[in-house]
Amino acid sequence: MAEFFASAFWTGFLWPLIVMLAQSVLLLVVLLIAIAYILLADRKIWAAVQIRRGPNVVGPWGLLQSFADLLKFVLKEPIIPAGANKGVFLLAPLVTCVLALAAWAVVPVNPNWVIADINVGVLYIFAISSLSVYGIIMAGWASNSKYPFLAALRSAAQMVSYEVSIGFVIITVLLCAGTLNLSQLVAAQDTKYGALGWYWLPLFPMFVIFYVSALAETNRPPFDLVEAESELVAGFMVEYSSTPYLLFMLGEYVAIVTMCALATILFMGGWLPPIPYAPFTWVPGIVWFALKVLFFFFLIAMAKAIVPRYRYDQLMRLGWKVFLPMSLAMVVIVAAVLQFTGLAAK
Amino acid sequence: MILPALFFYLFAGICVASAVMVIASRNPVHSVLFLILAFVNASGLFVLLGAEFLAMILVVVYVGAVAVLFLFVIMMLDVDFAELRQGFLEYLPVGLLIGAVFLAELLLVAGGWAINPALVKTAVAPIPADITNTEALGLVLYTRYIHYFQISGIVLLVAMIGAIVLTLRHKPSVKRQDINVQNARTKAMAMEVRKVAVGQGLQDPPSREAAE
Repeated sequence: MAEFFASAFWTGFLWPLIVMLAQSVLLLVVLLIAIAYILLADRKIWAAVQIRRGPNVVGPWGLLQSFADLLKFVLKEPIIPAGANKGVFLLAPLVTCVLALAAWAVVPVNPNWVIADINVGVLYIFAISSLSVYGIIMAGWASNSKYPFLAALRSAAQMVSYEVSIGFVIITVLLCAGTLNLSQLVAAQDTKYGALGWYWLPLFPMFVIFYVSALAETNRPPFDLVEAESELVAGFMVEYSSTPYLLFMLGEYVAIVTMCALATILFMGGWLPPIPYAPFTWVPGIVWFALKVLFFFFLIAMAKAIVPRYRYDQLMRLGWKVFLPMSLAMVVIVAAVLQFTGLAAK
Repeated sequence: MILPALFFYLFAGICVASAVMVIASRNPVHSVLFLILAFVNASGLFVLLGAEFLAMILVVVYVGAVAVLFLFVIMMLDVDFAELRQGFLEYLPVGLLIGAVFLAELLLVAGGWAINPALVKTAVAPIPADITNTEALGLVLYTRYIHYFQISGIVLLVAMIGAIVLTLRHKPSVKRQDINVQNARTKAMAMEVRKVAVGQGLQDPPSREAAE
């Protein structure tokens, strides 16, 4: 047995694989449970703004509502339309959900608490989020129905448009930090000024653009034209029911939390405490990370409750005629300032 | 390490299989989806080679943008599959001939391929060992190859302007919104308060231009 543990098969293959799997499973379980409660929080915040109670029947204060919903979705009968392209129809929700979860492979939640600490972490998340448009297009096309198809086209155009400005926002942050590694991005914000040293302050316009673009990118209200119940009945997922629908909804919420995590890392100092002195430094980094993610999610949930839905042409105008020139100009300005003041990261 | 080898065969196998499916599948949308799968697996191969920047750019540019446009166009097309199949046998000899020529050329070029170990040292830009490949690319792209970089940028800009000029048409009959004009409207410009006498109504209804 000892011979087996010393063999190349064990040290080179099996043990790293087991560690990798265990870490991934742990992260996914924690993430999914967190999302169950984030979903509940979303509904509760929405209800509170409208002076309603929100879900309060299942479990104490409605705390088990998400799990009841899960059971309901799983136990229902999945209906596949007769005219649908069956393979692609069932593949689309899987693609959405798996891609959304895959982005978490590079998200550092604490120093060294990351599954894959790759050098191009930011690009990886950007690539994964640009892939997530395929889930929507595939669903819209495979449903073989007009409403889902129209919604899929609108949604794809929307996501592609706002990705451009998100890309430029990320570039300004990268210029300041001088690295594409997410852990080093957080480390670059570790100054003696605490919360004032994070990038949200010097890059405040970019922070706002990122917040609005994140709303549009994840199809959240006021940019939820994908769903647009009144015009497109319920968007690209009209024909979906039961577990495939659940996967779409799950993928959507995972993508939202990913955006919150990305905003936390890029602009709000990741796991760093807001005041870099005791007793704040005694709190574990993951607590700060979770608090910041929740804060950003609260902003997104409030936008859903407060802001009325945009019209489609207004949405496109905002993306292409306002955000794109602004973020392009900021890339030039930030680069020039860094170059001429000698503040650029070496 | 056995793991990279296993992943290489996984990525390479799926890549080749999906490349075959791109030409073998009957439905053009399926073809594009297989093409995307091939792209993603190719980027996996790049990661295994240590070229992680190229891998991510491949996904962002080709899969995230170019293939989306492919998919858009193909979904919009009203393709008659039966008609497509009809010409298949007719063009088969030509296709086979071209394929054979390409295969012969590839065999001629790659068959006697051997990399001289001394050649690596004569590379124009030395390959740095201690920096990430994003940084290494940036260091040569913006210094040694700046002119090529700028010229390709200008070519893309010209292409973009050309596409816009070709497609942008302002028809006078189409009513457009000007957000700035709308936001600049004030209460005085937009409304008028009148006293209406009982039983008479408005004697001179406001013209459309005055209301706007």
